[in-house]
Amino acid sequence: MLIVEDLQVKLGDKEILSHIDLEIRPGETHILFGPNGSGKTSLLMTIMGYPQYKVTAGKIFFKDEDITHMTINERARLGIGMSYQRPPSIHGLKTKQIVKICSGNEINVNTLAESLNFSDFLDRDINVGFSGGEIKRSELMQLIAQNPDLLLFDEPESGVDLENIALIGNTISRLLERDHRCAPGKSVKETRKERTKMGLIITHTGFILDYVTADKGQVLYEGILACKSNPIEIFKQIKEIGYEECVRCAT
Amino acid sequence: MCAMRDLDAKAREAKGKKAAFGQDIDLESFSSDNPFHEAVQDIGQLPENERERMLMAGIDTRPGVRSGTYLQKDGTSVYSTSLQEGLEIIPIKTALEKLDWVKEYYWKLLSVDTDKYTARARLDLHNGYVIRALPGAKVTYPAQACMYIEKDGFSQNVHNIIIAEENSELHIITGCATAAHVARGLHVGISEYYVKKGAKLSFTMIHHWAEDVAVRPRSAGVVEEGGLFLNNYISMKPVKSLQMYPTVYLKGKGAVARFYSLLVGSPGGELDVGGRVYLSAEETRAEVISRAITNGGNIIARGDLIGEIAGVRGHLECRGLILKEGSIHAIPELTGKVDGVDMSHEAAVGKIAQDEILYLMSRGLNEDEATATIVRGFLSVDIPGLPAPLKEEIDRAVELSQQDMM
Ligand SMILES: Nc1ncnc2c1ncn2[C@@H]1O[C@H](COP(=O)(O)OP(=O)(O)OP(=O)(O)O)[C@@H](O)[C@H]1O
Ligand SMILES: [Mg+2]
Repeated sequence: MLIVEDLQVKLGDKEILSHIDLEIRPGETHILFGPNGSGKTSLLMTIMGYPQYKVTAGKIFFKDEDITHMTINERARLGIGMSYQRPPSIHGLKTKQIVKICSGNEINVNTLAESLNFSDFLDRDINVGFSGGEIKRSELMQLIAQNPDLLLFDEPESGVDLENIALIGNTISRLLERDHRCAPGKSVKETRKERTKMGLIITHTGFILDYVTADKGQVLYEGILACKSNPIEIFKQIKEIGYEECVRCAT
Repeated sequence: MCAMRDLDAKAREAKGKKAAFGQDIDLESFSSDNPFHEAVQDIGQLPENERERMLMAGIDTRPGVRSGTYLQKDGTSVYSTSLQEGLEIIPIKTALEKLDWVKEYYWKLLSVDTDKYTARARLDLHNGYVIRALPGAKVTYPAQACMYIEKDGFSQNVHNIIIAEENSELHIITGCATAAHVARGLHVGISEYYVKKGAKLSFTMIHHWAEDVAVRPRSAGVVEEGGLFLNNYISMKPVKSLQMYPTVYLKGKGAVARFYSLLVGSPGGELDVGGRVYLSAEETRAEVISRAITNGGNIIARGDLIGEIAGVRGHLECRGLILKEGSIHAIPELTGKVDGVDMSHEAAVGKIAQDEILYLMSRGLNEDEATATIVRGFLSVDIPGLPAPLKEEIDRAVELSQQDMM
């Protein structure tokens, strides 16, 4: 379980998140909405442990441990993984090498790459010259290799073409154990209970909602989380009345 | 003999002449007195500790992996054997005595009075090698040459001549190393490279010196029509002072030269390394690529392309990474002497980007592992045309260096 408690975060001198409360139980997937610059990426980066995001108040717990001051790699080892909106390029580091790093060498990189239409990129330097959509597939591939328990997705589908969007959507759904409502021979409830993977997905387009069933949606607006409700409902509201109204109406 | 006497006279005049670049070395503080070394019958039988030191510089003493070997301990040539037809390996002193043609290649690309180091290499020559691939010979397994310093405080003065005759292919790995107990030393090495029509020469030099060793190679090469000269230089171990600026003359149509250097500067070390290419014939091409990392040393990475006729192409690329202290100074120079030359350069010096480290940490690596991974990537340059065994030696040198860098 991930628990974010009254979190306040500064980036440089600027307070970018305030009084954030968030709880993701094992098996749950949440969707995070919010206008540009509202702090969505910052929230994910803070959960991942990026040191430039200074936690000035509040706490983060994961799997019953206080991770507020843990290093990034300690969090990664504990089972947190992130698909980035804008990952850095690393010259000389081949994509297949980073996938191996993610998996701790325990994965067949070629098979994985094939499943994501990404075989041609394995020998390229990671993210160097990757197009927007290619970055998404590369990030997803790394997450699969890493197999974390909490998956943070920062706009996993933005910029992805129509053919690949289904591929990405379905892959995320499977990763988050959302691919069937009922496991064979089990009830909906039992299936749900067996899920352990947690997800937090940022989306603007909402396309991901066509593929991934989510438990909750929330809107981050000017550094404040609001509007906890059904993600599809929220998405509809945002489309109809905009973020501001949506948040106003909920508070 | 007259010619030799002229050389000596010229050299004597330059005995005190400071070099254009690099710290001035007090030559008198090193001894040129060559200790006795017995000839080696079988390099496989060298003591384990020596073979290990040599292996770190890419010298492999196992049977079947090299096409020939030259081994010099201090000033003495102790082993010189070619195992492949079409490949000649001869100590230069023997060659100068017995083979008239060698004089055509001796001090032809470099002048003895360039500086005090060239002067010393003429006036106080210990030995060195002549390695030659005969016309049309394809020497696909690398030949190797090892310059080994075993006497502390020794000044090793060598002269090498490398010839790839017409349409031959020759790959040489040359490793320089010191015995484990040697702290101080000087290596003065003259190398003259001749790449004839249609020939291909790759020359990979791995330096594995000790912390208080000064190194002054003086090298030049000429490439004829359709020839290719690949010059790789790897110095990743601590060294006190290293300065070299090899020059290649592309004299024949379509000749190509490529320099690749991987440099690591350790605390107290001064490295000044460059590559200069004259593009003097039609359709010639040159590339000078360096990667420099410092964790305390000062590195100057130079590159100089001189385009003398239209249509030539060249590129310089110096990238530097400052890990801890130290400095990196990239000096890329381009000179176009006519209209229509196509030359460019790219230089970047900086620290490891923090966001790259954090990215890898989020994939499970700790900070040191992440740094090492980025450094390894930084040093991994693709060298087209380099045979696999040489690539492996370079990779191994990189791996070894990582262990002390972190
Ligand atoms: N290095 C920085 N220096 C100054 N401000 C920054 C920096 N990085 C982010 N910010 C600011 O912090 C705020 C939150 O940014 P964040 O990236 O979290 O937004 P976001 O909700 O993910 O937006 P988007 O939907 O556009 O991705 C923005 O106003 C942004 O400009
Ligand atoms: Mg964002």
